[in-house]
Amino acid sequence: MPYCPEPPHLATQFLRWYCRSELLDEVEGDLYELFRRRIETKGKRRAEMLYCLNVLMFFQPDYIRKRKNYNATNAMAMVENYFKIGWRNLLINKGYSLINIGGLAAGMVVTLLISLWIYDEVSFNTYHQNYNSIAQVMRHQGRLDGERITSGYHPSALGELFRSSYENYFEHVVMRRGSEEHIISVEDKSFVQLGDFMQPEGPAMLTLNMLHGTRNGLRDMSSILLSKTLADKLFGDADPINKVLTIDGKSVVTVTGVYEDLPHNSDFRETSYIAPLDLFFSMTGLDPNVWDNFNMFLYVQLRPQHNFDAASALIKDQLLNHIPEELAATGPELFLHPMRKWHLFSEFKDGANVTSNRLKFVWLYGLIGLFVLLLACINFMNLSTARSEKRAKEIGVRKSMGSMRYQLVNQFLSESLLVALFAFILSIAIVLLILPWFNEIAGKEMRMPFTNPWFWMVGLGFTFFTGMLAGMYPALYLSSFNPVKSLKGTFRMGRYAALPRKVLVVVQFTVSMTLIIGTLIVDQQIQHAKNRPVGYTRDGLLMIPKRVSSLYGKYEIFRDELKKTGTVVEVAEANYPLTNTLGNNGGFDWPGKDPSFNPSFNTVSVNYEYGQTVDWKLLEGRDFSRDFRTDISGVVITESAQKLMGLEDPIGVNLKYAYGYSGIYNFTILGVVKDMIKGDPFQSPYPAIMFLSETELSWMFIRLNPQVNASEALSNIENIFKQIAPAAPFDYKFVDEEYDAKFRAEERIGKLATFFAVLAILISGLGLFGLAAFVAERRTKEIGIRKVLGASVSQLWQMLSQDFVILIVLSCLIAIPVTYFFMHNWLQQYEYRTEITWWIFAAAGLGAFIITLLTVSFQSIKAALANPVDSLRNE
Amino acid sequence: MNQRSHLGEFEEIVLLTVGILYGDAYGLAITDEIEQRTGRNVTLSSVHKTLMRLEQKGYLHSHMGGATEERGGRKKRLFTITNSGKEVLHEARQQRNAMWQAIPRIVWEGGNI
Repeated sequence: MPYCPEPPHLATQFLRWYCRSELLDEVEGDLYELFRRRIETKGKRRAEMLYCLNVLMFFQPDYIRKRKNYNATNAMAMVENYFKIGWRNLLINKGYSLINIGGLAAGMVVTLLISLWIYDEVSFNTYHQNYNSIAQVMRHQGRLDGERITSGYHPSALGELFRSSYENYFEHVVMRRGSEEHIISVEDKSFVQLGDFMQPEGPAMLTLNMLHGTRNGLRDMSSILLSKTLADKLFGDADPINKVLTIDGKSVVTVTGVYEDLPHNSDFRETSYIAPLDLFFSMTGLDPNVWDNFNMFLYVQLRPQHNFDAASALIKDQLLNHIPEELAATGPELFLHPMRKWHLFSEFKDGANVTSNRLKFVWLYGLIGLFVLLLACINFMNLSTARSEKRAKEIGVRKSMGSMRYQLVNQFLSESLLVALFAFILSIAIVLLILPWFNEIAGKEMRMPFTNPWFWMVGLGFTFFTGMLAGMYPALYLSSFNPVKSLKGTFRMGRYAALPRKVLVVVQFTVSMTLIIGTLIVDQQIQHAKNRPVGYTRDGLLMIPKRVSSLYGKYEIFRDELKKTGTVVEVAEANYPLTNTLGNNGGFDWPGKDPSFNPSFNTVSVNYEYGQTVDWKLLEGRDFSRDFRTDISGVVITESAQKLMGLEDPIGVNLKYAYGYSGIYNFTILGVVKDMIKGDPFQSPYPAIMFLSETELSWMFIRLNPQVNASEALSNIENIFKQIAPAAPFDYKFVDEEYDAKFRAEERIGKLATFFAVLAILISGLGLFGLAAFVAERRTKEIGIRKVLGASVSQLWQMLSQDFVILIVLSCLIAIPVTYFFMHNWLQQYEYRTEITWWIFAAAGLGAFIITLLTVSFQSIKAALANPVDSLRNE
Repeated sequence: MNQRSHLGEFEEIVLLTVGILYGDAYGLAITDEIEQRTGRNVTLSSVHKTLMRLEQKGYLHSHMGGATEERGGRKKRLFTITNSGKEVLHEARQQRNAMWQAIPRIVWEGGNI
């Protein structure tokens, strides 16, 4: 037989696909004849090229098949049929249906929670109606050690300047102190409350919802506005207007208004009262119009015809004309920071906006949410296509009855939509259940917005989209079955049909593994930082802020009385608490210092008993002692201060302080202590210098006797306080609790990551379970035969499980480098960090391995134990 | 005169070729014949299209037949001219001839213009 060359296969397929069947023969025949002829005359390559060209040229409207139009005369009935059959299918295979719905619901739960969280973050501060026109005035400036920082603190005279000069730009100009705790007393009740001193236009600018009184309530200097919660706390059901209360036991004010509590997603949510700023000046005796004390926040509301950039340019250099020389040299620049950027865009580095951590989290969680949803959809796709063999006959029958492909696609899509709908309902129920717990972890107060029509539209739309997404692949795959083959019963899926499914399983487990390893590492980092030696003894140490004057001047009495009870070991004072690093000053000089080097130290004033009370660890030299009169000009420095100063032998070295402390300018270094971690436990400690003070300071420290029970000790101490200073509320803080609070953010990450990891593993596990069940079922006959031929249960178990185990191993191999890369980057932001050790990866891998084995083994063993008689019986 | 649209130039040639290839007039053969006789480079698809159009207009009649080995066993569509096709050809020829006659001799016999 002569050699018959074939024309290019792809072109012919294309022709057969688009061409009308009645014209196909003649066209294809002509082209074939031409092709054969051309091979003789022009050679194979040209013949092939011309053939393809010709095929393309026939691609014209006259030759393209028409889409068959079917009049949908009873569309409703068909849709009804689809859902009826879908519902029946769900009922028949209850197990699989539950796995499907459960898995999809789990994915939706995660997506719902994360959406709520993201919405909360993004809608921060939208409670305030002037959201788009309010801005905070911020200042970039260079610091003494060269870095550029950004601060919201300004001198009070700046506010006055803005108010008088820029009226046509700003509708409101409001200055405010940072939120502070003060004692609010009414009759005999005293409470420590967080609140603000603000200028009178504040409530109007923030559009507070006044439940009693008006927004103008701060006009009078002796007035105060209360939040609803505080008003209820102080006055119960009585009308709070015109009631009188006292601030810090000194100032008497009248209540002129009550405002609705601000929601959780507002930056002002903790402001439980608002008092006039003028009252602050009168209480502290500070001059309201100075340029050298940067202690006010400043807000403006822009008039509608201006924009932020123009206004920022206008105010940029306003400080330069008024502040002292040496401050002006640091190049301060003012700019407006709009309210809509406050929550997510408030991190600055070197004078420019950087991606804040909050924003990173929004992205991160959004991504995780999407991934978990993807996992769930993949599950769904996997299970649906895996079971497709079972439905082959049904599809064959439908097709031979005349069903068009698109009708079958519609049928399967309706089934997925049904599953998605049930999953949605289930997920809402689950979210309602766990929302309180989730709120606690996330530190928010989110609610399901059932009344918001947007929620339902987006929710249902999203359900529809998920159903479509997850159902598309199975629908298209199932509807492509050849009816002849499937009805004959010889229908077997090709060797490569299992491949996409395997890929999906690997993807699922890789994502789950990444989440698990990430969680483990986050936890490890938190533990590492928690275990860090802090340089003092945290437990059993109380800190008490001395807010009222009645607590001053009584140090000796306190100390004696407290120690007498035997519940207290030592008492001391300092001007700052142990939990922050306030008090930064430069201007120090020591022998051997480079003149251009002017670092800042954390400067704290302490009294004689401080070292003993907090139990700092002395490395060299000695503590302050009452035995030495000259100690008043002594200082104790920390390790890192010594390193920073580069002093080999610091004891007795003369330290000059340019600004002077209590009139002293020359100090002697008495001792060196181990670094005390007061600020961020994840960063390097701040070099600190402790000065001695003989006057009373604003924080009291009490070291409890470890033998005594804590609550007993507390009530003892409270009694003494009531005796010595009856008017002051007993407001104490435990140092170890305050320290633990620093880990909140990281703990939150850890908990959320755990939550997501668990869900991801759950979904993956469910998927694996269903898949294993299916595979085992498919091979029932094979297993039966093997058993008859003498295979043992363990051999069968091994055979069935090994496919899956290989997939899991593959996932681990992929997940490990990916996770390592990301976690390594994450850890870089912490100066004090843990090392990523190999055993974490091993543990996670082992965990995944065990879960896989358990899941798959259950199915494998069940199949292996089946009686071969039953499996081989029906043929 | 008649409601039928006028015969295009290419359509006329295809129609004539169908006549020439009486009995074996199918797409490829017609294309070859046209190329041979007129030297034009015509594509198979344009010929097929024209044939389809002529059949729609009623000038051609077709039937399937003649599966050969060179065509890989596929049938070909054979065309024959219908009566109205013959009519329209005659008509066209007459019109052409009439116009020819109307040209004065001087155009052919030269003259410097």
